[in-house]
Amino acid sequence: MSAKGLFVTLRQAAPIPLDCSLQCAPGELTALVGPSGSGKSTVLRCIAGLHRPQQGHVACAGAAWLDTEKDLVLPPQQRRVGMMFQNYSLLPHLTAAGNVALGLEHLPAQKRSEKAREWLARVHLHGLEQRRPEQLSGGQQQRVALARALAREPQVLLLDEPFSAVDQVTRRKLQQELARLRRELEIPIVLVTHDLDEARILADRMVLLHRGTSLQSGRPEEVMTRPANAAIAHLVGLNNLFAGRIVAHNAEGMTILESLGLRLEVARDHGFTPGDKVSWVIPPEGILLHRRDHPSRGETENPVTGRVVDCIALGPYTQIVLRPDGGELPLTFSVPTHAAQRNQIAAGATARVTLLAQAIHLMPQGEPQ
Amino acid sequence: MDWPALALSLKLAVATTLLLLPLAVLLARPLAWSSFIGKGLVEALVTLPLVLPPTVLGFYLLLAMGGNSALGHAWHALTGRALVFSFDGLLLASLIFNLPFAVQPIQRAFDAIPRKAREAAWCCGLSSWRTLWQVELPLAWPGLLSAIVLTFAHTLGEFGVVLMVGGNIEGETRTVAISIYDRVQSFDESGAATMSALLVAISFAAITALNLLTRRIGSTDRAAGHER
Repeated sequence: MSAKGLFVTLRQAAPIPLDCSLQCAPGELTALVGPSGSGKSTVLRCIAGLHRPQQGHVACAGAAWLDTEKDLVLPPQQRRVGMMFQNYSLLPHLTAAGNVALGLEHLPAQKRSEKAREWLARVHLHGLEQRRPEQLSGGQQQRVALARALAREPQVLLLDEPFSAVDQVTRRKLQQELARLRRELEIPIVLVTHDLDEARILADRMVLLHRGTSLQSGRPEEVMTRPANAAIAHLVGLNNLFAGRIVAHNAEGMTILESLGLRLEVARDHGFTPGDKVSWVIPPEGILLHRRDHPSRGETENPVTGRVVDCIALGPYTQIVLRPDGGELPLTFSVPTHAAQRNQIAAGATARVTLLAQAIHLMPQGEPQ
Repeated sequence: MDWPALALSLKLAVATTLLLLPLAVLLARPLAWSSFIGKGLVEALVTLPLVLPPTVLGFYLLLAMGGNSALGHAWHALTGRALVFSFDGLLLASLIFNLPFAVQPIQRAFDAIPRKAREAAWCCGLSSWRTLWQVELPLAWPGLLSAIVLTFAHTLGEFGVVLMVGGNIEGETRTVAISIYDRVQSFDESGAATMSALLVAISFAAITALNLLTRRIGSTDRAAGHER
């Protein structure tokens, strides 16, 4: 990572406990993800200079913005941040163009209105310059807020739950626009969201925050399928979380895991040795349903037979809960609804699945649920 | 009709309003947004002129501004004039007894400005000073308007404090309210009636204008679907 990016470390005990670090390279989008009240917005406020943590260091584009050890705290005005607030915080007494012009204070007065029009056109709001925020739809307000944030030509773009106040259709559209826009932006972007899917769609890197502590960071795919421990597995919604024991490494380069009364093969990219007690997870997409009529290849890979205890159709996908024979804890996974119907999956039916060896992820032993 | 008294009253009202408005903004902002030790005390002091009898307030002001007081001395050394029984003293007293009428509406208006509106301005690079002019004052405008009209109308009508601090010196401290009292004392009922009617008319016009203006601001906000 170049020194041009954003570097943040924060620590405080009160009012909200924080122990967080994150980095974001220019052109990269880092999602700060966590449940409500996990301190995501506070981290963003610390970067913007709206909150002063007890201890911390914030540097951006090679300059220090906050260094509590040196008693250096730049005010927001000197930080060149583009901040998009949750609910946008547009100023009700100003027009769309007036709001954007607020971010153009660095230009001479006569150039501001022309530049504001340009920015509004860039976010597809041409012709709405003279509207007040109340005369704009939620999606349009969001665009004005984005234009205002970018108008300052910031060194970092901070987005606080930018899509939470719009309907789902608008949200998808705005997300696509952000994905497109960010290719043109050569600055770090930090997105705060509680939506794991949103982070997965948009982010290059994801930082998982819980009670003010950054638990894990990495590619979203990695954090969400390879959590560092059982607590993180819970936070990213991995419900297939179990306890087990490493039995052996076999000659084919696989590890044998004993769990749920089964012996499972696990791909060997972990540091555990036989005898270790572990927790393990498997994401729903790592569980494949065998076809009833014509058993397919791969069915020798960790085959598990069990009884369907629950079967819920959720539109195009059906969620199946399977209790393995001889096992206590159920496996949850999804299949396309037509596949569930074709295989006559219903509560009480017997079904066979494969647990993909590559998808099983081992972690140090924690409390399984 | 005592025109010099009316002119003096108007001069006092305009001067009070112009001087008090920035002071009230300065005072109301921290009262609305900050918590500090002694905030309750400051709020109580600001409200006090609202409930004290004007004679009590006038009595203490008289003591505080008298020739033997530190303030009276300092003022005399600075300007060569006395504070009591002068326009200067009257103006100072007027600033004090109008405090609640100016501070309270402005404080309520600042209170209603969302914190994030100011933060958005700061994040756009606006200094605190520009944020005040471009964001806070426009949003607090109805409160400022209330403060202006209430201060103006209240100054025109104040009697007790004026009499205690200013006395009844023509062209210096004799306001319309004092003049009306004078006329009644000297059985000039028609003079008193004319001036009283004029005072009622001015005050009524001021309050009506305030209501209309505030309603217009409110209705443009509502038309725009904005709830303040």
